[in-house]
Amino acid sequence: MSKSVELQDVDIYYGTFKAVEGVSLTVAKNAVTAFIGPSGCGKSTVLRTINRMHEVIPGAYVKGKVLLNGEDIYGTGVDPVNVRRTIGMVFQRPNPFPTMSIAENVLAGVRLAGERMSKSDAEAVVEESLRGANLWEEVKDRLDRPGSGLSGGQQQRLCIARAIAVKPDVLLMDEPCSALDPISTLAIEDLIRELVEDYTIVIVTHNMQQAGRVSDTTAFFNLAGVGQPGRLVESGTTSDIFSHPKEQATEDYISGRFG
Amino acid sequence: MAESSTTTSTSSISGASVRRGDRAFSGVSRGAGLLVLVIMAAIAAFLIWRSIPSLAENTGNFLTEQSWNPDGDPSVFGIGALLFGTVVSAIIAMTLAVPVGIGIALFISLYAGRRLSSSLAFITDLLAAVPSIIFGLWGLEVLLSGSEGIQVWLNDWVGWTILFDNRLDLYGKSLFLASLVLSIMILPTVAAVSREVILQVPPGHKEAALALGATRWEMVKMAVFPFAKPGMISAAMLGLGRALGETIAVALILSAKFEVNWHLTEPGGNTFAANIALKWNEAGTTGLSALIASGLVLFVLTLTVNMVARYIIARRAEFSGAN
Repeated sequence: MSKSVELQDVDIYYGTFKAVEGVSLTVAKNAVTAFIGPSGCGKSTVLRTINRMHEVIPGAYVKGKVLLNGEDIYGTGVDPVNVRRTIGMVFQRPNPFPTMSIAENVLAGVRLAGERMSKSDAEAVVEESLRGANLWEEVKDRLDRPGSGLSGGQQQRLCIARAIAVKPDVLLMDEPCSALDPISTLAIEDLIRELVEDYTIVIVTHNMQQAGRVSDTTAFFNLAGVGQPGRLVESGTTSDIFSHPKEQATEDYISGRFG
Repeated sequence: MAESSTTTSTSSISGASVRRGDRAFSGVSRGAGLLVLVIMAAIAAFLIWRSIPSLAENTGNFLTEQSWNPDGDPSVFGIGALLFGTVVSAIIAMTLAVPVGIGIALFISLYAGRRLSSSLAFITDLLAAVPSIIFGLWGLEVLLSGSEGIQVWLNDWVGWTILFDNRLDLYGKSLFLASLVLSIMILPTVAAVSREVILQVPPGHKEAALALGATRWEMVKMAVFPFAKPGMISAAMLGLGRALGETIAVALILSAKFEVNWHLTEPGGNTFAANIALKWNEAGTTGLSALIASGLVLFVLTLTVNMVARYIIARRAEFSGAN
């Protein structure tokens, strides 16, 4: 079941360094929200606070609230491990587990959840997830081969299959196509449009056309200045942001006049 | 290596280009590679050649005999007790040191904070540099009495396994004590190499596991161990190599006896290396040859262990992180 995400006045710190300041944003369910902005503006950092992955870096912490269907994921007694089981993530570089076969990769998250399942159930999950990631036809004859033997685009779709196998509520994608060729990129973009039927998707991208093609909502991030924290400049429907943005900075960035 | 510097080059587009630096480099590296083979072959040839005279004179069974009297008449000696002592002490040392060493490596690289981790890593490396004679002295002066409590406890609670049953109620210079010292000696090797390997695990794999909702330990099982396993096996093998060949610390600690005694905490025990060190100066012609024969067995033993380890590492190379 897909869920909405709401960020309320979120500040993000790495130790004493304030990386991102004052982000308030609503991510609608069953929609694709794109985070765009120049490098280092904190969009990936914001993405990582949505499933508490930024906490992996020592000294990182968050002020403010991040609500998943109204429930604060930073509330007391909330285990980040459970948050990450509910909110899946796909990374910039495809990262299937090299020691696992294709099928084992898909099942990795399911196995973590501790579900005992029969062989036939496991096979069903593998097929359903790989079909969901548009990869089934390409790999169905070599499910027991290592995932690292696939092409980059296939590996990335394998990672998507792995993320959706646990049926998350939200799927976060951190520049999922930046290491891929245009054809693989197109395959992933088509997939994103299909996945949004079942999931809430947030995607970070450097590719303006990609944001225009896949997203329903776009949020533009920028630095307030050199050495200043990143902030959310504006957000709105993708067509509004691209055709008549409210802020000059957004227009400059989108039209390529930036910097 | 002499061929590297003889050719001079004429510069033109036709013909192979000859660059003196390249030729010298390839000559030197090829020579170094060949040198390894030559040294190995020379050692093996020396060991075999020099052990033949004593093996010809030996009236006992070389592999099973539990006494060492090569210069006697008739000459009787065998490596039974040495093989037992060497292998058993190495196995105990590995059993103790490998899990702890990997645990130290995991703690340093994944759990400890930055300051603690760098100072711990430094100390582990220092420990690896302590000369073995120091470990031997320490084992003799401190562990000998210090580990008596543990040995009594083992006798009381798991004495029925024979291994820790002490019939003499005398806890002294035993194979178990030597194994303890060996385990502490190889611990830093295992820890330092494992730590290097764990640091090589691509952050992407660790993040992938965490993002799927893995706890830290599940992340270690899912992303770190599979990737680092070949390296950890290498680390263990390096440690095993040191444990099998360690001489002086063991020679100090063991009260050499030529018998296979499964009661490991009772005084006694002997190893190849310790025996060679202790017997060399007093050995006659046949005695020297006999010691070299035992050295040959140790040589083959360590080679075999290393080859098995390499086989284990290579077996699942396709699924390793290397591709």
